Amino acid sequence: MRTGLGGGGVAPRATRLPSRCVTSVFPDLEPLLPRVSKPVQYVGGELNAQVADEDEWDATPVRWALMYPDAYEVGLPNQGIMILYEVLNERPDALAERCYAVWPDLEALMREHRVPAFTVDGHRPVGDFDVLGVSFSTELGYTNLLTTLDLAGIPLHTVDRDETHPVVLMGGHAAFNPEPMADFVDVVALGDGEEVVGDITDVVAAWKAEGGPGGRRELLLRLAGTDGCYVPGLYDVTYDADGAIAAVEPADPRVPRSVQKRTTRDLDDWPYPKAPLVPLAETVHERASVEIFRGCTRGCRFCQAGMITRPVRERSLEGIGAMVDSAVRASGFDEVGLLSLSSADHSEIAEITKGLADRYEGSNTSLSLPSTRVDAFNIDLANEISRNGRRSGLTFAPEGGSERIRRVINKMVSEEDLIRTVSEAFAQGWRQVKLYFMCGLPTEEDEDVLEIAGMAHRVIKAGRAASGHNDVRCTISIGGFVPKPHTPFQWAPQAHPDVVDERLRKLREAVNSDRRLGRNIGMRYHDGKPSLIEGLLARGDRRVGRVVERVWREGGRFDGWSEHFSFERWTGAAEAELGPLGVSLDWFTTRERERDEVLPWDHLDSGLERDWLWDDWQEALAGGEQDDCRWTPCFDCGVCPSTGQDIQVGPTGTQLLPLTVANPVGGNRFGSA
Amino acid sequence: MARVRPGEAANPAPPTVQRIRLRFAKRGRLRFLSHRDIARAFERAVRRAGVPVSHSHGFSPHPRLSWIGAAPTGTASEAEYLEIGLTREVDPAVLVDALDRALPSGLDVLEAVVASPPALADRIDATRWAIELPGVAEADLRAAVDALLAEESVVIERVTPSGRKQIDVRKALVSATVVTASNGPGLVSGAAAVAGCAILTVVVRQTTPAVRPDDVLGALDVVAGLTPPVPARATRMAQGLLDDSGHLADPLGSDRVTAQI
Repeated sequence: MRTGLGGGGVAPRATRLPSRCVTSVFPDLEPLLPRVSKPVQYVGGELNAQVADEDEWDATPVRWALMYPDAYEVGLPNQGIMILYEVLNERPDALAERCYAVWPDLEALMREHRVPAFTVDGHRPVGDFDVLGVSFSTELGYTNLLTTLDLAGIPLHTVDRDETHPVVLMGGHAAFNPEPMADFVDVVALGDGEEVVGDITDVVAAWKAEGGPGGRRELLLRLAGTDGCYVPGLYDVTYDADGAIAAVEPADPRVPRSVQKRTTRDLDDWPYPKAPLVPLAETVHERASVEIFRGCTRGCRFCQAGMITRPVRERSLEGIGAMVDSAVRASGFDEVGLLSLSSADHSEIAEITKGLADRYEGSNTSLSLPSTRVDAFNIDLANEISRNGRRSGLTFAPEGGSERIRRVINKMVSEEDLIRTVSEAFAQGWRQVKLYFMCGLPTEEDEDVLEIAGMAHRVIKAGRAASGHNDVRCTISIGGFVPKPHTPFQWAPQAHPDVVDERLRKLREAVNSDRRLGRNIGMRYHDGKPSLIEGLLARGDRRVGRVVERVWREGGRFDGWSEHFSFERWTGAAEAELGPLGVSLDWFTTRERERDEVLPWDHLDSGLERDWLWDDWQEALAGGEQDDCRWTPCFDCGVCPSTGQDIQVGPTGTQLLPLTVANPVGGNRFGSA
Repeated sequence: MARVRPGEAANPAPPTVQRIRLRFAKRGRLRFLSHRDIARAFERAVRRAGVPVSHSHGFSPHPRLSWIGAAPTGTASEAEYLEIGLTREVDPAVLVDALDRALPSGLDVLEAVVASPPALADRIDATRWAIELPGVAEADLRAAVDALLAEESVVIERVTPSGRKQIDVRKALVSATVVTASNGPGLVSGAAAVAGCAILTVVVRQTTPAVRPDDVLGALDVVAGLTPPVPARATRMAQGLLDDSGHLADPLGSDRVTAQI
């Protein structure tokens, strides 16, 4: 831990105001807004937003600021934040407001005019809340948390904070290896958030009611004893001479050796969000979203989300119908996304889509299935989801170009399935199909990637044959693969960006080798460099925190945005900070790990057996497949016994309840048609 | 397209049987909404309120909301107008109430009338703006305004997405008067007017591109070097047809059969 690093920040407010005087900073912010781009993102006032008045604020024991560490347009639609916002605001002893990362133009003005980090609901200073909860979907948001802490006047390092500062809590998928953020976050919540935020509220409320006994350390000790909560500062990490971790030891007898993730048992008990936030500004997803199931056991070996959210828990047909109804009524959105990691895999997906399409017939409300596997998809489903509204393109993710590499990653969709499905779609009037792939997968050779071109060519040929005209489109989108913790690929070497970039260059040549086909194929990819940094942050340990901090001090912000990301800043900082410690950017990314190496996240329990992960990694190298345990016998990944939770799949025997009012979208004040 | 039989609309939708014109305000912090933001908010409010709005045909049906001359992002307004196409006849007063409830506070629907010719666009050719200028002395403002009115033509340059545009502010300017907040009209731009704050009221003729409050301030800078120390706050107070005496005729006036709400 380091302290006393100077520069880069606003001075914390000299004296902290007592909470009684916590009022809006909006009067100070307002004159700055005409000078920044898209000021509407900072004004709040969204439909279904909740703002506590002064009396409520004073009377509420635990106040949460919930942050999504990216731009408002990305953060507002985030389901995790929306769910926790409602869950907390329903509690009488808690309130929650939201904040998002501010763009550098406003950040500069806030520093100049000494306006602290604020929530968009009440425009209250973030530093005046009891808990600052941050949801990290991606590691590239880390520097944005540091900006918010600094603008809020909260010391960057946990060791420098006292009882007057908020508890800085990290959640989201990236929390399954929070070690690079260990210096900056007080508590990490592992797994599903619905219940743990209530438990944390209870602990904070009790500690405050007792007058804050034992100061901040006692509060953190109590939180460390809460299921699913990990307090990095209460663990000591030692390193071997070769650079690897020697041991991670609890620093206090009250602290558990290993922390297990939380698992929400029954999604039907948690029908959130009930009233989705409807932004005034334009955001990346303009729709209401209903999570139809959580978890995935398809077993794609690259997919961290599928591994850490097991087991599969389906929401019932009845529960989905009620949530869709509530969301559409409360929001006025004309599109409902049926979310999950692989939505066509819901055991009752045909009934859901047909039932909803029937219900919203004639109301210009469309459905979307953002994640669909080609082998679980059929054209009846496609017709249902586009029946009442706009027909966008079809999107599938074969992920790998060759059948061999698809076996390695265990994404067993066949090209025959794909061609059959797209042929049918083109015959039915669709004109565009998007295909997602990854590059840089373990054991990948040039040929594996070049087969993507052949697949795209065959899609165009099949589409022309089926549609009877030449005007069909295929877009291939390619992302760099980043090995993630708690997956079979956690031991894998990450491909160097030069390798990825070179393969993509060859792929582009191959796509255009036949101009008559290539002109109907679009290719979208980013260069491989940000992926390498994502890899550093994904599998880094506590030493990587110094790199994050240096990058931030040198101006690093919004690293997920290509116009803000600087590879040189990251490599320079990694060299300066990691070099003296005997490790490097390559050591954390392109190096293959041994079976016995202590991984930085080994003490964090996602439920997956480490031995099963290793065996699956070996199976991957041998090109062996793993079936889905929903339809074939259990393969002992370990999640069900460790979480005490079995897979929950239908059919549930429930039905989509018919709606009684004439107008399913709004009220019926205007009479029936 | 395979799914559409010849002679059939791609998405047969009920026809428009009534059009209603609305006046609404954009107030307070919602003055930072862009026109696109407002259009989206209304589309959703229409659905939420269950308004029987008619839709365009085709694969991508859109609700029939017609807009006119939106106030620029960052300016407030008491006089924005739109026309809604409906598939059933609706009482304008009920529509005002239902839409206002479904919209966020700050987008406030004020009145509605059943549309009749001439078109809304033919009922508006000028705007009255009130521009609050905190920190500007009234005397300085008066001098600058006098200097501007004394000119025949004052051209300023505005950078737009389609390039630099030359705009003659003076030519579009019909009148300009100065008052102070203590004796001026009550403004509705959200924050209470600063006591002693100078307020400039201008009437500008509709031109292409439209002369905005920022352009008027730009012209005051050109003729008199006037630069406000903090951003000015502008509110569109009225739109309408300019009559011979310099007044703006209410665009909904001749159709107003229901009481104002």
